[in-house]
Amino acid sequence: MSRKTNRLFWIGTIGCVMALALGLSMYALRSGISFAMSPSELKAASVTSGQRVRLFGLVEEGSVKKGEGLNVEFSLTDNSQTISVSFNKILPDLFRENQGIITEGYLDAGGHFQADTVLAKHDENYMPADMAEKLKEQGVWQGAGDDK
Amino acid sequence: MIVELGHFALVLAFSLAVLQSVLPLWGTVSNNNRLMATADTSSIGILFFVTAAFASLMWSYAVSDFSVVNVWQNSHSQMPFLYKLTGTWGNHEGSMLLWVFILALFAAAVSMFGANLPNKLRANVQVVQAWMLATFLLFILVTSNPFARQPAAVEGQDLNPILQDIGLAIHPPMLYLGYVGFSITFAFAIAALMEGRLDSAWARWVRPWAMIAWTFLTAGIAMGSYWAYYELGWGGWWFWDPVENASFLPWLSGTALLHSALVMEKRDALKIWTVLLAILTFSLSLLGTFLVRSGVLTSVHTFASDPSRGLFILAILCAFVGGALFLFVLRSSKLEEGGLFAPVSREGALVFNNVILSAAAATVLIGTLYPVIYEAITDDKISVGAPFFNLSFGLVMIPLLIAIPFGPLLSWKRGDLLGIGQRLLFALGVAIAATIAIGVSIEGGPWLAPIGIGLSVWLMVGSFAELVQRAGFRKVDFSTSIRRLKGLPRSVWSTAFAHFGIGVTLFGIVAVTAFETETIASMKPDQTVQSGKFVLRYDGDISTVGPNYSERGANFSILRDGELVGVARPSKRFFPARQMPTSEASIHTFGFSQLYVALGDVEEGGAVTVRIWWKPFITLIWLGCVVMVIAGSFSLSDRRLRIGAPQKRKKKKKGESVAA
Repeated sequence: MSRKTNRLFWIGTIGCVMALALGLSMYALRSGISFAMSPSELKAASVTSGQRVRLFGLVEEGSVKKGEGLNVEFSLTDNSQTISVSFNKILPDLFRENQGIITEGYLDAGGHFQADTVLAKHDENYMPADMAEKLKEQGVWQGAGDDK
Repeated sequence: MIVELGHFALVLAFSLAVLQSVLPLWGTVSNNNRLMATADTSSIGILFFVTAAFASLMWSYAVSDFSVVNVWQNSHSQMPFLYKLTGTWGNHEGSMLLWVFILALFAAAVSMFGANLPNKLRANVQVVQAWMLATFLLFILVTSNPFARQPAAVEGQDLNPILQDIGLAIHPPMLYLGYVGFSITFAFAIAALMEGRLDSAWARWVRPWAMIAWTFLTAGIAMGSYWAYYELGWGGWWFWDPVENASFLPWLSGTALLHSALVMEKRDALKIWTVLLAILTFSLSLLGTFLVRSGVLTSVHTFASDPSRGLFILAILCAFVGGALFLFVLRSSKLEEGGLFAPVSREGALVFNNVILSAAAATVLIGTLYPVIYEAITDDKISVGAPFFNLSFGLVMIPLLIAIPFGPLLSWKRGDLLGIGQRLLFALGVAIAATIAIGVSIEGGPWLAPIGIGLSVWLMVGSFAELVQRAGFRKVDFSTSIRRLKGLPRSVWSTAFAHFGIGVTLFGIVAVTAFETETIASMKPDQTVQSGKFVLRYDGDISTVGPNYSERGANFSILRDGELVGVARPSKRFFPARQMPTSEASIHTFGFSQLYVALGDVEEGGAVTVRIWWKPFITLIWLGCVVMVIAGSFSLSDRRLRIGAPQKRKKKKKGESVAA
């Protein structure tokens, strides 16, 4: 193989692999991401029903209702808007009322959030960073020291 | 008193590090050997003082000295003794101290084992290490002092219950030994750039250190994955969480570094690239530290989200990475690069490995940082989930996985692809047979599964092709073959087993992804539920009290074909000090597969909710990593890799003008 074809080969290989990686990343980013929103943002946003989003907020006090089997319903709030959420798997250990949590799922046609994942943080003072920011803006932040 | 001594020791270590940042450097400029040699003493001194500081923090944890803020926040007098000790690094301040302790350990190692290095190179390496030590010691002293005092409290606030586990004893030290271990290769890269010279002796020196770091990092990641798997009760073993990615990125580039250093050592080529990889690998480790510490990304791991700390670490990150890359751009043109390689050759294969691993690392990096960049641009918050990584990272890696068995069989300079193909026919046959067998047996199941299994079998069998070839089975008689095998360099064995380990891990990943089953049920006493081949019967619940928690567990009989094969006892613990519950999953291993039972809530009327997974071949994921770790350790015992390779260097000294 001449020097020239050899060089072409390597440039070609590296180019192809990088293009493949980039292309795949771009493609995967279109479907693999989900937007994170608070209840107010979700209500204001024009999400088509069925589109995956991450919804974060506080579990409203007194809103948790256990239904048949594993079904559970609760309301997520950011203290201005509230959205009811249903979920039918086992809730995480740290799921509590007045606790900041993140759910993943989609908004159904009735404006009801169907969650398939509920995340609560390991730490008892945890609140999703995005959420804490929002609550601070609205002046209702009352987390304990967020140090640690 | 001991606490104050610890604090003082930390200040002394910092002062020594500042001295070591300057004196040896001055020595290299003025050609003063005595100034350069001061680093040998000061680095041991730094290690001594950092060890003293670490030991004194550990002591205050051991005796539950709640007048130390850090101990008060993260410990409890009723905690088991082991967790008191490991609690030392179960928090931001302590874990930073562990980080610096390991950095000091590696810095002292260069002084202790580096007697055969050229004086200037050694001095420069030690200077770079001192810069890092000084910076991180300053970081601890200024923003995260673990020795801060307060009026003594009666009882501590307890360690985060999730961390009260043997995993905390093993995972962070292992991971840090890996993360921080790459600081040595970084220091060597910078030293080489400062001096403007680089030869294959440099690669011989760097490779064992990269291997040590890589081995620990592999062990640390695998341990972390298993810990998350059994502790969180989610049944998952990898979440593509930003913090996991942060440890995986240096692993990918570290793996690339191991392979490119091989080319540099053997062919005296790929120098610039190897230096760049050494810089990038540690930069990715620093990035990982930054991501974990700063809370920039929402992750399930984040400990400390104090913005001032995040800013400090970001500044460190920018200074080191930016400085290193700047120096690289400035100096790399002075380094001579070897010619191009034939595509079909050992070095060609190693370059291919590097290309793919870099691309794979790039996809993971994109996915990890995309939310940060996206938010900076559009102000919208997004998250990038597992589907992204599975698709992009997974597909990019496939060509490499196919190519792995070919690599070691190719000869240097020019290989013979056809001949090698013949030697791999057996592996190919077995792989195809496995694919067909799985394909037929699952009929209509996920079509990717048989292909994935086939690929992993190809890797497992193909990895041993080099051993078979070298032993000359069937060409010479059996006893000669065995003798030849015994005589092979250990690195050949390590290569085979490391690649085999990847195959094993891949097998586990494919099997569990394709064939795992999940059952969620709400059960009353004496009710049964089916999961895979097993039937679980709920036998009632029991409550117990632990040292610093209360526990409510449920008993399940595990039946196979009507016979009792085990008792699952998943539970929930409640830690009053932190008002925090945890789940303890019950895991039973059958062969390589596991039955994973996690408990949900107790409902009114005595029913419990339970989540049961049947996870076929899941342990192979970690066993494969264990094989890789053993292979890595074994290769370190190879004579050719022994640190410094002293005899060779002395001979070479005269004709050392090889490099630019």
